[in-house]
Amino acid sequence: MKGYIARFLVKRLALGLATLFVVSLLIFLITQALPSDPAEAMLGREATPEALAALRAQFGLDKPVYQQYFNWLGGVFTGDLGESFATMMPVKDLIAPRIGASFFLLLLAAAGSIPISIVIGSYAALKRDKKFDTSSSMATLILAALPEFVVGTVLTVLFATTVVQWLPAVTYLAPGEPPWSDMAGLTLPVLTLVISVTPYVARVMRAAMVEVLESDYIEMARLKGMDERTVLWRHAIPNGIGPSLQVIALNLAYLAGGVIIVERLFNYPGLGTALADAVRSRDMPVVQFLTLLIATVYVVTNLLADIGTVLVTPRLRTRLK
Amino acid sequence: MNAVVEQVTVERPPSLIRQALKLRRTQIGITIATLIAVISILGPFVAPFGSTEFVDSPNLMSVPGTVFGTDYFGQDVFSRFLFGGRSILLLALAATSIGIVLGTTLGLIAAYNRGRLDEVIMRTLDVILSFPQVLLSLLVISMFGPSNLLIILTVGLSTTPRIARIIRGAAVPVVERDFIAAAEALGESRRRVIFAEVLPNVTSSLLVEVNLRLTYSIGGIASLAFLGFTPNPNSANWGLMIQENRVALTEQPWGVVLPTVALALLTIGTGLIGDGLSRVSAGIDRGGKGE
Repeated sequence: MKGYIARFLVKRLALGLATLFVVSLLIFLITQALPSDPAEAMLGREATPEALAALRAQFGLDKPVYQQYFNWLGGVFTGDLGESFATMMPVKDLIAPRIGASFFLLLLAAAGSIPISIVIGSYAALKRDKKFDTSSSMATLILAALPEFVVGTVLTVLFATTVVQWLPAVTYLAPGEPPWSDMAGLTLPVLTLVISVTPYVARVMRAAMVEVLESDYIEMARLKGMDERTVLWRHAIPNGIGPSLQVIALNLAYLAGGVIIVERLFNYPGLGTALADAVRSRDMPVVQFLTLLIATVYVVTNLLADIGTVLVTPRLRTRLK
Repeated sequence: MNAVVEQVTVERPPSLIRQALKLRRTQIGITIATLIAVISILGPFVAPFGSTEFVDSPNLMSVPGTVFGTDYFGQDVFSRFLFGGRSILLLALAATSIGIVLGTTLGLIAAYNRGRLDEVIMRTLDVILSFPQVLLSLLVISMFGPSNLLIILTVGLSTTPRIARIIRGAAVPVVERDFIAAAEALGESRRRVIFAEVLPNVTSSLLVEVNLRLTYSIGGIASLAFLGFTPNPNSANWGLMIQENRVALTEQPWGVVLPTVALALLTIGTGLIGDGLSRVSAGIDRGGKGE
């Protein structure tokens, strides 16, 4: 590997790690700024001082703040995430089964939205200012403005309750059942995520492809008399790989946030539902870990996309020198 | 100093707005958004019942004296609908204002100073950017409960880095132009150079961004309400109404349909206005959510 590429990689990774470190610190500090004592909140005002002290010791709340932070961060790496305030269960046992469920939902949503948005975006760029472009641009504009729960509610009204009843309005998963055992119940959550994320990504993809198609080398290829198909497949699409990596990352990063709302809407037993519940019951260990987890997914996806884009795009690669 | 600010700022924005007003999409956007905004603001004054008034048994479709029947709690659906937009709209406007003021100031300072200060400001804002959508709000709400002030601050704060990025990008080429060097040579203070010389030249980017951020702030704040995070758990709020009446959707669809349609029209309206402005200011399509 050439020196300047290695230097770029090291710099970018260090920046990503530093960001994550500050994010973890921020999450911890916000959750430390308690207006009230969590032990008192759990046991009530009448609790004896001995009981409060015992509970503080159980959750490590009697230690200095910096030590609590490093204990927590160490626990994140070793898988020892402490106990949930609300259920007294280890956070790990509470979260573990839900990771798979959320991951499966994200996987289906990404698998649906990535190809659709790339195709719509590229085709709109190709047919620039023609009917397909203007109508898809209007449709994506309108859909991109809608909050996810509005999209999901409209789909529920249309397909599950009021207009026709083809699909279930909520997912039903018994504990321990794999998420794919209720594919009918997964249809609307996946569709909601796909509809929420596709317009955004399709617009980015269109802009990237418009730029590629307007470039000198495409002009050159056309002037050489090359037929349009070869121009597209040999010159335009390979140069669109950079932007499409960004597109995929945007997709995944966006979905990591979108699941919180969509899971709640369809009662899907994933991380988003767990987070909403934990926020409501002020279950700090669960909130801390889930916010860190979601932020990490977001940072890592963007980091990989940044690195990937620079590495596959010749123009950006040479700029590093 | 005031005279200078006014003199420079009146120059460009009106022509941008006037141009955008010629576009059909901007006209439609303004019509829809104004309609919903008027309903949100004036609704509480014309509602036939109180926002938490008990009217009849829950989930009835036709109740004499009501237009859309009763909701999950026996309250008048139409009255709650008329009450339910105001707080979302006001909170979103307040949050967007905070994001605009903070983001514009930080973006301009970063662009004007460049170098280390620029790096520090932008990398710090990247930390906030690591929290997708409503995550920052949820984190803070889990600690302090859902107060209006916290919702405004956290939503405003999470839009700040996005605005700062756009403003910084637009301001960097402006800072390099000759008239800035001239202003500096004349001995104008840094603050004056930044706000009286640079700022008026990035207003078109700012105007587009204001609209985009308003659209997503409305969505974010309504989403928080949908998750059940409103200061008053029984207040009339479109996001909350959708959540509350979802269970009885088959018997009484209005409690869900009315607020859903209103929120959809409001966000589509502001989205269309933003798109009209961005078409005029840049002549190209912009992305949507996120950056």
